[in-house]
Amino acid sequence: MTGAAVAHYRRGFQEIEGTLAGPDWVRKLRRDALARFADTGFPTTADEDWRYTNVAPIASTPFRPGMPGAAPDAATVAAFLPAGASCARLVFLDGHFVPSLSQATLMPAGSFAGSLADALRRSPDLVEPHLRASLDRNQGAFSALNAAFFADGAFLHLPRGCCLPEPIYVLHFSSNGATPVATHPRSLFLAGESSHASVAEIYAGRGAGACLTNAVTEVVAGANASFEHIRIQAEGPRAFHVSSVLSRQERDTNYAARAFLFGAALSRNDHWAILDGEGANAVLDGLYLAGGTTHVDCHTGIEHRKPNGASREVYKGILAGRAAAVFHGRIHVHPGAQKTDAKQSNANLLLSREAVIDTKPQLEIYANDVKCTHGATIGRLDADSLFYLRARGIQAGEARTMLIRAFAHEVTERVRVQPARERLLEMFDARLLVAGEPA
Amino acid sequence: MLEIRNLHAAAGGKPILRGIDLTVKAGEVHAIMGPNGSGKSTLAQVLAGRDSYDVTQGTVRYRGEDLLELDPEERACKGLFLAFQYPVEIPGVNNTYFLRTGLNALRKARGESPVDAVDFLALAREKMKLLDMDEAFLARPVNVGFSGGEKKRNEIFQMAVLEPALAVLDETDSGLDIDALKVVANGVNSLRSQERAFVVVTHYQRLLEYIVPDFVHVIAEGRIVKSGGKELAHKLEAEGYAWLEKEPAAAKAAR
Repeated sequence: MTGAAVAHYRRGFQEIEGTLAGPDWVRKLRRDALARFADTGFPTTADEDWRYTNVAPIASTPFRPGMPGAAPDAATVAAFLPAGASCARLVFLDGHFVPSLSQATLMPAGSFAGSLADALRRSPDLVEPHLRASLDRNQGAFSALNAAFFADGAFLHLPRGCCLPEPIYVLHFSSNGATPVATHPRSLFLAGESSHASVAEIYAGRGAGACLTNAVTEVVAGANASFEHIRIQAEGPRAFHVSSVLSRQERDTNYAARAFLFGAALSRNDHWAILDGEGANAVLDGLYLAGGTTHVDCHTGIEHRKPNGASREVYKGILAGRAAAVFHGRIHVHPGAQKTDAKQSNANLLLSREAVIDTKPQLEIYANDVKCTHGATIGRLDADSLFYLRARGIQAGEARTMLIRAFAHEVTERVRVQPARERLLEMFDARLLVAGEPA
Repeated sequence: MLEIRNLHAAAGGKPILRGIDLTVKAGEVHAIMGPNGSGKSTLAQVLAGRDSYDVTQGTVRYRGEDLLELDPEERACKGLFLAFQYPVEIPGVNNTYFLRTGLNALRKARGESPVDAVDFLALAREKMKLLDMDEAFLARPVNVGFSGGEKKRNEIFQMAVLEPALAVLDETDSGLDIDALKVVANGVNSLRSQERAFVVVTHYQRLLEYIVPDFVHVIAEGRIVKSGGKELAHKLEAEGYAWLEKEPAAAKAAR
């Protein structure tokens, strides 16, 4: 099967290579990446990193590359963005930028928010050093496929001291038609020294058809920058979603990632956070909600490379039906990264007897003066709490919903921008209605 | 208001209530006293509809309806309130949201329009004064980080907002210092009326100095073994529960 899948993507690459963005050096790196993918093919459950997540359904589906299509109407898009249309937004349909639905108003002078393909044409000097390294990085089969096939993605550049008062929303929309389509969005966020910004990446789909979103996002936070990185995965019920985030922080940075994983039939969400400067602070929050036969896999790796860094990781999961989830949290403290302070927790709420969670912390500590803690819990809705709410007149169903929201609250409340948080909670509630049937 | 006839209940197959008879009329305050393990808290929880107890025999009629047929939330909507012995902490749900949701469920059941956030806040402030509570409580998660006394006050505050027809207080006095006890008793007394009844479950006679009952019932081994006026509480205070063992358990006191 591996051979057939590789042949399929090789053929696809030959067909569309001419249409893909980028100068010669990008073209060369695309070919190198395709060769890396061809060497290994898709991972199997024999690979330790993929032990609990079987991607055979992805490998065996003959996805077609995403093509520019008819843009969704504004109302469809608005459903995934905060109320009030004034926010800065970049909208992509099946991997292609849709200028008519995007607006990057209110961007301070010298900054840029837009399409990566545009930026490659207009400001190659800005993009090249980072994109070159990123395309060349050997990070597994899916990242290699993305490097070979990416059509576009979001590009954000904030010069030194640049402050964005409002978040930028990046919406990746899949049309999910009759033919399964694969998109490979590739985004690059460069936050300059002492800059301050918040970006929300939203992955969503319109129809019930199958699709593959294979996204790669890289964030580089310059010294003393503060960057909030919200990701909402609300893809369609038959979607496959594989994403890989790499964040690199220089000294004295604050980087907060908040992942909300509500959709797709199968999703794999990797985050590799590198604290590469002294005194860097990283927050990795996650909330996954799955029901039916959904499979959601969260792999995180936090690398403390320099002294006096701190990381706080809180992943919470809500699982109903026959859903299966995986949490794998690795913390790696390099030699010399003294005074590292790392805390990790993974809490899971199981709403049915059939739901399954595999949770695995992994600490590798090569420095001797550090604080590292981790903990994992698995529980059910508390009967005493449920009775307490009902005894005050609240119906059983509503009481359950209140308790499930309360479980998620620790993570959702940290989204500080109110319109974004409200839209997020609406999406959460909508998913809960579908997924959270009574046990 | 409430008619309990020959009520038997068990937990995990183990009988706890073995034939309770009790009639409570509007305007009355009944105290239920008894030693640990006598079944008094079980009675309170069964009345509120806790499903970890199985009612094996008997009937409970509440305002003309079969109470045991109703879900806990239906009982609440029909005016029954339980002040919990151990109020539950619910992180992530704030007190205001919790109580307004409850109040609006009750109002909906009565065909009344919901109370909006502004009106609710005004109502809550008025009731909090009654219980000498800090307004900061409203924004905090339900019972999280509350001291024992604050939790009990919060129960009575909820009662004051929900204005039940029948309030069952399950050892609301246990663990309170005298100042907190006075505040709680004052809250209860201010709600006493001709239309409202109270069943006050307590281990200690002390509470009854502040909430003066019309009737006192002594429960032992799952039955009411003695009923009387408030003077019965004084006898218990003076003599403890030991004398109960000398009296025949069959003394199923009528009232």
